Amino acid sequence: MSTNTAYYIPHKATWPVIGTAGLMTMLAGFANYLNGSSIGPALMVIGLLIFVVMLVGWFTLQAKESESGMYNHEVGISYRHGMMWFIFSEIVFFAVFFGTLWYTRNLSVPWLGEGATKELLWPSFDATWPTNGPGKVGGDFESMGAWGLPFLNTLILLTSGVTCTWAHHGLLAKNRDQLIKGLIATVALGFLFVTFQAIEYHEAYTDMGLTLGSGVYGSTFFMLTGFHGFHVCVGAIILSVVLFRSTQGHFKPENHFAFEAAAWYWHFVDVVWLGLFVFVYLM
Amino acid sequence: MSAVVDEHDHHADDHHDHGPEKGLLRWITTTNHKDIGTLYLLFALVMFFVGGSMAMVIRAELFEPGLQFVDPAFFNSMTTMHALVMVFGAVMPAFVGLANWQIPLMIGAADMALPRMNNMSFWMLVAGVLLLASTLFMEGGAPNGGWTLYPPLVLQPITVGKALPFAVFSVHLLGISSIMGAINIIATIFNMRAPAMKMMDMPLFVWTWLITAFLLIAVMPVFAGAVTMLLTDKFFHTSFFNAAGGGDPVLYQHIFWFFGHPEVYIMILPTFGVASTIIPVFARKPLFGYASMVWATASIAFLSFIVWAHHMFTVGMPVAGELYFMYATMIIAVPTGVKVFNWTATMWKGAMTFETPMLFSIAFVVLFTMGGFTGLMMAIAPADFQYHDTYFIVAHFHYTLVPASIFILMAAGYFWLPKWTGHMYNEKVGQLHFWLSAISVNILFFPQHFLGLAGMPRRIPDYAVQFADWNMISSIGGFIFGASQLLFLYIVIDTIRGGTGEKVSDEVWEDASKHGLEWTLPSPVPYHTWTIPPTSVPTEHVLDSH
Repeated sequence: MSTNTAYYIPHKATWPVIGTAGLMTMLAGFANYLNGSSIGPALMVIGLLIFVVMLVGWFTLQAKESESGMYNHEVGISYRHGMMWFIFSEIVFFAVFFGTLWYTRNLSVPWLGEGATKELLWPSFDATWPTNGPGKVGGDFESMGAWGLPFLNTLILLTSGVTCTWAHHGLLAKNRDQLIKGLIATVALGFLFVTFQAIEYHEAYTDMGLTLGSGVYGSTFFMLTGFHGFHVCVGAIILSVVLFRSTQGHFKPENHFAFEAAAWYWHFVDVVWLGLFVFVYLM
Repeated sequence: MSAVVDEHDHHADDHHDHGPEKGLLRWITTTNHKDIGTLYLLFALVMFFVGGSMAMVIRAELFEPGLQFVDPAFFNSMTTMHALVMVFGAVMPAFVGLANWQIPLMIGAADMALPRMNNMSFWMLVAGVLLLASTLFMEGGAPNGGWTLYPPLVLQPITVGKALPFAVFSVHLLGISSIMGAINIIATIFNMRAPAMKMMDMPLFVWTWLITAFLLIAVMPVFAGAVTMLLTDKFFHTSFFNAAGGGDPVLYQHIFWFFGHPEVYIMILPTFGVASTIIPVFARKPLFGYASMVWATASIAFLSFIVWAHHMFTVGMPVAGELYFMYATMIIAVPTGVKVFNWTATMWKGAMTFETPMLFSIAFVVLFTMGGFTGLMMAIAPADFQYHDTYFIVAHFHYTLVPASIFILMAAGYFWLPKWTGHMYNEKVGQLHFWLSAISVNILFFPQHFLGLAGMPRRIPDYAVQFADWNMISSIGGFIFGASQLLFLYIVIDTIRGGTGEKVSDEVWEDASKHGLEWTLPSPVPYHTWTIPPTSVPTEHVLDSH
């Protein structure tokens, strides 16, 4: 096995167009489903399958190329740029929903409860948070407290950040056992987080009257925590792939971009959760 | 980076053929930056004519008062789709195409940093546009609530038909495409640049694209988030933009324009970059004020994030907000003015010649400046209450997009096509194309200033009779402009097929190799270039900064 000194440039790529076709089919299916068309769900499943096949195929190819030493130092730098700016775009995406929460709580809800809006439209509206608005959209609900499952989930994610770093130290110290154990713990904590969140959502819907339709509180609560939960799932799946590759003897102390990228992503998900815990649950 | 390897090298029976694949599959699976650049540019050209046809429908309907050709809902679909197709299908992809072709050539890189992702960026663009275009054939027609997709209008049953979810997912795909393209450009510029080229040696086109790429990554997710909330408000009972549930439709406008204002600079900054590349070559002088151009570009990009609400002066903001956004917006005139003066100073006492790319560039400097001045007029909040949502704004942004972005894209085509194809375009037809375009674009858009100041609202299929004369003149200009662009189509095809038959030199333009690395390569440019990076780079364009 040799390591190239030259920058590797592939000459043909079939996975990108396959992945695009899959994603487009999936979204076209979803749009059809929302419009009430009966072919929607079938298209979604077909698109998803194509997309998953693409992910497996493309990542297998990348892993093979990486392990056979085709990527030199510069290729690694390009990949790091790619991952870094991808995560930046994700941060911006979350910022939109945090911004929405901020604007709603600090500007638009108070405006609904003052001046002419209050006098002429909704004199009885009490503009306090949490609210489902003057129209009481979605009916009575209880807001989600911070100190039950959410706090437990905070501890779980923080711990998973530690186990992830512990695994990284194992990788750097050529301690394969520590690497694998650390990753198993991280993945398990990730899925535990998602399980607790599912329980939390179940309670909200069945016992608390809190749904996605519970006015702007329900909208912002489920949008923020829901997108975050989706990202935890994605991160845990990425880490599972890294775990599988670790058991196959992949990664070296000087060459383990996939591990690094997964770890960056995981820490990003972790930090977003801290923001959620403070702004959605605590405040 | 010392050298480059391609995957053929790993096979025993290696044939050192570095040419393209044969057949159609080449274009689907290609990872070559020149192939992908070509795909982007051709796709953009097709979309330019699709979006242009929609504009012709609009101008035909507005030729005289009354309802002539199309019903009002379809007219509204045309204004909405014309904007979306031109912004996301024509102008942005055309600049990404130029970036793909030119950035590696200009910085001495063998290819883009992430070639597979480069391929995916293009196909995601096609997928996004396909989803959007499919709405034209749906029950209820294409989106017709305006390209800004404002709620609550866009959520009304009569406005959405079946189009809304397709439009939303189209925006998601276009966003993914743009973000991947932008990441690739950043990685390429930082990581693939020839070691001999310092950041402050980079051609202005590379600088402007680097800054544009950051804008793209920072705002495309914002648009994606905004339309996602539209989708959940429509289909999943959320109340983000519904006051009864505690939400606020104005919030959508804030989010949209937080994306939308940087978005307009995404279309103009690369325009500045191309102009800064072309003008010095035909003025036979170094670019005046290279460093100030770089800093002006960065300043404009920064300011673009803090001025968004000047699109919403009449929405009912607190007065403090109106004042802040008014003054912040006016500050943008400073770095923009720096640029205009620099281009003018570059031409000052230059040994100028007026080939087609230079003609389009000079027209850009003059006409863009006018678009900038009308922008200043509208930045004045109290005055904007008169202009808002009238044809004045239509005239303003078309001056900044058509005789600016589109003219510079044309200029770029004339400037680099000989390099790419090895064939010279027909200069006579090129000049005819320029003069027809430059005259008709003013007949088309200048009267719209008068219409707007007189109070004609935008986005209407019919209007009061006092607006009839200027509308007819505007429409005549529009038809001439539209027809003139067929000349460009002819020239592009003709040049690819051999042009004048004259073999162009490596430099193409006199002394161009002093201005940019791409002119030191053979014409036509080989399929693979800079597999070994250049050891020295031309610095004519930066002389002035030292």
